Amino acid sequence: MMKKIVMVLSLMVFWAATVSAAGNKPFVTLMTHDSFAVSQDLITKFEARYGATLKILKSGSTGAALNQAILSRNNPLADVFYGVDNSFMSRALRADIFDAYASPLLAKIPDRLKLDPQNRLLPVSFGDVCLNYDKNWFAGKQLAPPRGLEDLIRSEYRGLTVVQNPATSSPGLAFLLTTIGKFGEDGYLDYWKQLRANDVYISTGWSDAYYGQFTRAKGGTRPIVVSYASSPPAEVYYSKDKPEVSPTAAVLAPLSAFRQIQFTGVIKGTRKPELARNLVDFMLSPEFQQDIPLQMWCFPADPTATLPDVFRKHTRQAKDPVVLSPEAIENGREDWIEAWTDVVLR
Amino acid sequence: MKTRLACLLALPPLLFLGVFYFYPLLSIFSMSFGIEGFGDTGGISRLVHTDYYARVLWFTTWQAGLSTLLTLVLALPCAWVFAHFDFKGKALIQSLTTVPFVLPTVVTAAAFRALLGTGGLANSALMHLFDLTLPPIRIDQTVWFFLMAHVFYNYTVVLRIVGGFWARLPENLTEAARMLGASGINVFFRITLPLLMPAIMAASLLVFVFCFTSFGVVLILGGPRLATVEVEIYRQAVHLFNLPMAAALSVIQILFTFGLMALYTRFERRAAVSVMPSPGGNALPRPRTRIDRMVVGAGILFLMLLLGTPLLALIVSSLLTETGVGLTYYLGLLENKAQSILYVSPLAAMVNSVGFALAATLMALILGWFSAAFLARPRGRTAAFFDPVFMLPLSTSAVTLGFGFIVALDEPPLNLRTSFLLPAIAHALVAFPFVIRSLLPAWRSIPHTLREAAAMLGASPWRVWQTVDWPILSRALLAGAVFAFAISMGEFGATSFVARPQTPTMPLAIFRFLGHPGAMNYGQAMAMSCLLMITTAAGFVLLEKIRSVPGDF
Repeated sequence: MMKKIVMVLSLMVFWAATVSAAGNKPFVTLMTHDSFAVSQDLITKFEARYGATLKILKSGSTGAALNQAILSRNNPLADVFYGVDNSFMSRALRADIFDAYASPLLAKIPDRLKLDPQNRLLPVSFGDVCLNYDKNWFAGKQLAPPRGLEDLIRSEYRGLTVVQNPATSSPGLAFLLTTIGKFGEDGYLDYWKQLRANDVYISTGWSDAYYGQFTRAKGGTRPIVVSYASSPPAEVYYSKDKPEVSPTAAVLAPLSAFRQIQFTGVIKGTRKPELARNLVDFMLSPEFQQDIPLQMWCFPADPTATLPDVFRKHTRQAKDPVVLSPEAIENGREDWIEAWTDVVLR
Repeated sequence: MKTRLACLLALPPLLFLGVFYFYPLLSIFSMSFGIEGFGDTGGISRLVHTDYYARVLWFTTWQAGLSTLLTLVLALPCAWVFAHFDFKGKALIQSLTTVPFVLPTVVTAAAFRALLGTGGLANSALMHLFDLTLPPIRIDQTVWFFLMAHVFYNYTVVLRIVGGFWARLPENLTEAARMLGASGINVFFRITLPLLMPAIMAASLLVFVFCFTSFGVVLILGGPRLATVEVEIYRQAVHLFNLPMAAALSVIQILFTFGLMALYTRFERRAAVSVMPSPGGNALPRPRTRIDRMVVGAGILFLMLLLGTPLLALIVSSLLTETGVGLTYYLGLLENKAQSILYVSPLAAMVNSVGFALAATLMALILGWFSAAFLARPRGRTAAFFDPVFMLPLSTSAVTLGFGFIVALDEPPLNLRTSFLLPAIAHALVAFPFVIRSLLPAWRSIPHTLREAAAMLGASPWRVWQTVDWPILSRALLAGAVFAFAISMGEFGATSFVARPQTPTMPLAIFRFLGHPGAMNYGQAMAMSCLLMITTAAGFVLLEKIRSVPGDF
């Protein structure tokens, strides 16, 4: 028995040694949410160019990661943060955890994506939250697919839609914001009342909706789901036999999508401001921008970046997405969600 | 002198709790309640101005109570079967009952929906058979759905703790009662049940606390209308960043469970009966008569239905590809399609998961052993106070503790925020109450007279421990180790709120796959879940092997 214990223990020590191994090179730490991804060879290039190791610190959902960055502001965990979006931007700026940095590469980014005039948060990528539908289901039922938010409350669409709870899900909140942008603060609750009457399904999160209730999932019964404009290309890309057309489509009509812009920023109090700025520049560089679509499934902020074929073929950006200022979102969020909960759930 | 020595036993667990539980918790609370001005302290008045939070607390309590009761009622018969018969594949079946413990909620939900959802297997079959136009089973987003999931997760706690204890109950008492003419029912209620009480209560407490802090299961299967205190804390802390409110709710959650556990401890100490246990376990008979066989068969069949079918549904989803049955999804796991830095080979994820789990198990066993040794002493007043204290980590909101780590562990020598040790520590924190509860009933059942007799006959203390205590305790310790291992493999507790460098584990890989659309992603998530189940089961077998040669050192 002793022998076995010794064996297990020595294996553990070996594992611990491999996991905790650190080189002598200087390193720069990027704190981000769980959906962050980037190509291996880009990291290698970055590390070679600046002679530093890049550490990536994943810290949960967007909200959880940002809150941890705020909580650790007296003794920062990282040098750069990626993933603050416009619904959390105001919170991040109020907490004053970012240093301004006017990267020269910002010149290529369209002004409508730059929401912080002081450049404490710089736009890197964006995703359009919108309705997705199962093409085959609608073709089979000979029903026209939805063209916008108004269709969802028509009687032919009864029981067809699944949306996420804005209190627990980020696309869910984005969709609530879409309805506010479209119908106004006076009208959105009325819309939700009708949606509720039309048997909308409220799920907890994106996975739960897309892989649980959406007809593309096993046992799913609802052909309309709130997802992203990038979901149809992802359906093609992550399918074994690469179909010519995507099995799903996104509804991108004016005022039917919400643009989630993801920002990056240099964390205040970093001990490596130089490397931190290099990392921000790197994220705005053409190579990284072109890497974004297939890694994180959203659009690059730089409009000149080449999109991969699967994106060009199977999706577009939303034409005229809903615009709400970060301040309006931060100030309204709690009340809107509360009112929504009253109308839809109680 | 003797008491003081005994109090030394409590030192390691208290030190650990002090540094990794109370210090982070107090740090985040003091920060939340206004010292640094996060959020609006005035917001707390909402707590009392609406009855919403009282209703949340009430819902949390009754659902946990009902879940515990259901689990007990469904698991006790099988615990009896496992305690009284030996049959082929018993060890394997017992291992499999603990596998649900490690499955991420999203995955469990997917399995349950595939079986019982609106468009699930059961409904399609019934609609097909009886020519129905509407699905007959409609339990999605109801209380029943998540109660079933709670039973699914916690069944093993009752089976292992009560079953293990039951197997060692001496037969002579019940036989004597029967000889004196007591009926079977009478014997059960007047002799067996009272003797089993400590184990039943220990298991119930664990299940209750686990369900009380339930988060994902209630959210996903119960639907958005039902919220536990834990869900509210998460919402306040993460989405609204209203830390004062989150902290206030955490305090309520902690005080409430502490009160319940203090009550429980009093009962438990009174319920402990020391009996002369059969150290190696009674040599169990194989089912011989037809009735025996039917009973064992029914027990196994029931387990298969309750725990086996959802697991089977997962295995089927991992093998059923767009183009028929195949290993496409498993092979897909080996391929780094996007050349992403965050690609994890299944082997690396497995090694990391097992590494964390073994480290956490080791810590939990050491801490649990010391705590149980301290608590098992008869008539210790301090022990009665500390027992619920040791249970606190299990009943504390994961997000609160996770944020506490960030705030508190940021200076040397405790600069552990990004250390690979932190996840293991967080797991051990949640796991060691399980070790305590597994050990205590066994420990308290060892009669003093047995030790004294051995000592009187000239046995050294070491020899007494080796021949009296160890054979009885090792089985309970194994149960504790199995739970600790499973808790860590399934990434329970605060780890989801701990920033961590690139040591991806299997549950994290599953979440990553489930974050993007596409059949391959879903399939690979299912494949990874199956690998997680297999790895966990293999880990249980390993733990069993380590224990299997008693007294061999």
